[in-house]
Amino acid sequence: MLRYTLKRALSLIISLAVASLVIFFVIEVAPGDPASYMLGINAQPDTIAALRAELGLDVSKTQRYLNWVGGMLHGDFGTSYTYRTPISEMVADRMWVSLPLATYALILSTVIAFPAGIYAASRRGKLGDVIVMGATQLGVAVPNFWFAMMMVLVFAINLRWFSAGGFPGWDEGFWLGMKSLTLPAFSLALPQAAILARVMRSSLLDMLGEDFMRSARAKGLSRRQALWRHALRNALIPVLTIIGLQFSFLLAGGIIIEQVFFLPGLGRLVFQSISQRDLIVVESVVMLLVFSVIVVNFAVDLAYAAVDPRLRSRS
Amino acid sequence: MLKFKTKLAVAGVAALISGLGVANAANITVAMQLEPPHLDPTSAAAGAIDSVVYSNIFEGLTRFMADGSVVPGLAASWDISGNGLTYTFKLHDGVKFHDGTGMDANDVAFSLDRARAEDSTNAQKALFAGIADVAVVDPLTVKVTLSEPNGSFLFNLAWGDAVIVAPESIENIKTNPIGTGAFTFVDWVQGDKIEIARNADYWGEPAKLDAATFKFISDPTAAFAAVMAEDVDAFTGFPAPENLPQFEADPRFQVLVGSTEGETILSTNNKMPPLDNVKVRQAIAHAIDRQAIIDGAMFGYGTPIGTHFAPHNPAYLDLTGNSNYDPAKAKALLAEAGFADGFTTTLKLPPPSYARRGGEIIAAQLRAVGIKTEISNLEWAQWLEQVFRGKDFGLTIVSHTEPMDIGIYARPEYYFQYDNPDFQALMKTLNATTDAGDRTKLLQQAQTIISEDYVNGYLFELAFPTVANAKIVGLWENAPTQATDLTAVYWKD
Repeated sequence: MLRYTLKRALSLIISLAVASLVIFFVIEVAPGDPASYMLGINAQPDTIAALRAELGLDVSKTQRYLNWVGGMLHGDFGTSYTYRTPISEMVADRMWVSLPLATYALILSTVIAFPAGIYAASRRGKLGDVIVMGATQLGVAVPNFWFAMMMVLVFAINLRWFSAGGFPGWDEGFWLGMKSLTLPAFSLALPQAAILARVMRSSLLDMLGEDFMRSARAKGLSRRQALWRHALRNALIPVLTIIGLQFSFLLAGGIIIEQVFFLPGLGRLVFQSISQRDLIVVESVVMLLVFSVIVVNFAVDLAYAAVDPRLRSRS
Repeated sequence: MLKFKTKLAVAGVAALISGLGVANAANITVAMQLEPPHLDPTSAAAGAIDSVVYSNIFEGLTRFMADGSVVPGLAASWDISGNGLTYTFKLHDGVKFHDGTGMDANDVAFSLDRARAEDSTNAQKALFAGIADVAVVDPLTVKVTLSEPNGSFLFNLAWGDAVIVAPESIENIKTNPIGTGAFTFVDWVQGDKIEIARNADYWGEPAKLDAATFKFISDPTAAFAAVMAEDVDAFTGFPAPENLPQFEADPRFQVLVGSTEGETILSTNNKMPPLDNVKVRQAIAHAIDRQAIIDGAMFGYGTPIGTHFAPHNPAYLDLTGNSNYDPAKAKALLAEAGFADGFTTTLKLPPPSYARRGGEIIAAQLRAVGIKTEISNLEWAQWLEQVFRGKDFGLTIVSHTEPMDIGIYARPEYYFQYDNPDFQALMKTLNATTDAGDRTKLLQQAQTIISEDYVNGYLFELAFPTVANAKIVGLWENAPTQATDLTAVYWKD
């Protein structure tokens, strides 16, 4: 197990190093100079040079890369060119919106998908199955920002149950915060729930053909009892894998939804930073997302090994 | 010797405001599309900074009013020496910064010297280039000496880039702006909102609102939803003109369509063949149907212009007749210039919808007379790099939003590269002229020269739409500078 862990850890470090190189240099070759963007069209060349010096842009790319990586090893992501505040602070603030939103959406998606998938599997081929599968087909096909706009139209503009967007901040109270995240979370969750429900259904149906299911039926369980007691547990493995993938998607993929609901989250920060050529913020946030995905994969690898002894012995 | 007495003007404004009756002080939420990158108007070009802080938090020696006129700000009065070189400003007494420190002549000297210093990061450093010396005479008197007369000096001092800041608070100005204005900065939730509150110690007429919140909503659909759901009380610079009729028909809202300083032009590379030929540029001008662009790209909002000057300015000349829509004439001019079969050039478009939508329409209009364009869509940063700095373009569409910027035509190195010694001499004379009547004449000559040289395709003056709750009074209709001046805003009963 120790050798396996070390091997995985080494691959984790190499992945991070390669990712940092690719992220930094790919973003830096994008045309556009942050200083001239900030100073606009009337700026004089000496003003731009002064600002470049102030931002630390006057040193070579390699030097800046080393400074950036060196800083990150100490947990210092640098300072935003445009906002002039430490990036770690900015990211932490934005996380308090994006992380709860992703979690909320994931819970909603699970809560919707599980019953739908189980119901469809238990009614295989009957009317209920057809209806649920038709609905999920629609959910997979329709993009989440369309759901977002429709929900704003119905619940914010016509019924006025919710505000059309914005986030009051957690200081204003937990429930107020949750309320303002409700429409965005539903828009994010519906397409994910549709995917999850389909996986749940097919995974359950696969199990129904297994030998142990026949044994369960043979010992006198009804179809439904066998499904709940034996098939469900085994069907969960692929479902959990999908949920894991969806979480990183929800965290990084909220960019459009955060725009539609003008939420001060991580996605909006990246969006603004790209258009303002605040390259260091883009680099740091992307690096952070890569880091979280790689670390989650590392944890999953270890978990697989803990569950499945075959993986350990093979390594 | 010129003398400007301000008491009358201030008293007049005060009487006007008090005459209307002050409703209960309250709060307001104003939305705009772009969030400021930081809050120091003296070290970035972003108009979004001025949209929040101008006049609300920071003030200069002079200031713009809603109609574009320049009136005294922190300077109570001034004397200009006979040769136009020395300006002696008398400051208002008892002005305090929001941190409680007094505002005096030293702060003025600090602000002006900082803006024109060698390592200054002021985006409009050219405004201060003519200053030779700033001297503190006494705590309430500052003497500014210019190296040559500058008729627009008082105008220049009204820009957001020329506001008065204090050395004590300069270090954190980007995140904690300390000014002298009628509102103090309270909080900034980045990515979301900025809050300001009434300054109880304000030296002038106090603000009527208790507090105000600026919210930043960049998506046009979200902007529509936020106003419709009344999440925001006003949206300045509303980004979806197609929705304005719907708001106009709704008694809950008022729609103000004001003018701006944004001359939207088909900017032309005057050094790139065949665009260096005035006949070709004239042909392009006659090939363009301005109204079709205003209707198609701006849903009818915008005023046609025939030169680089704002129509609301008293010195404006309507020269649209020089370039009326006449495709037959355009073809004849092209043939005369030796391009009977037309030619191909590039059309590089920055992100705003006036450029992207307008570009498609212009490309079609040019194609009709035989000019083919290769359209490329650029982000702002790319546009600055390729078009503005690299001068690698044939045509581009851009709105020049700086006030009174006809002077850019006197800079041959400026990106459209118009080099006309007569025009440059005219601008020199203009700068040395302080008499208002003479200045008007010179400005009109300047407008005529560039119009008849067809330097650029002059399209329209950008409109500035604001949608607000019908009960709000005192918002600026026009945008003579990028500002959301809330100092005179209140709710009517």
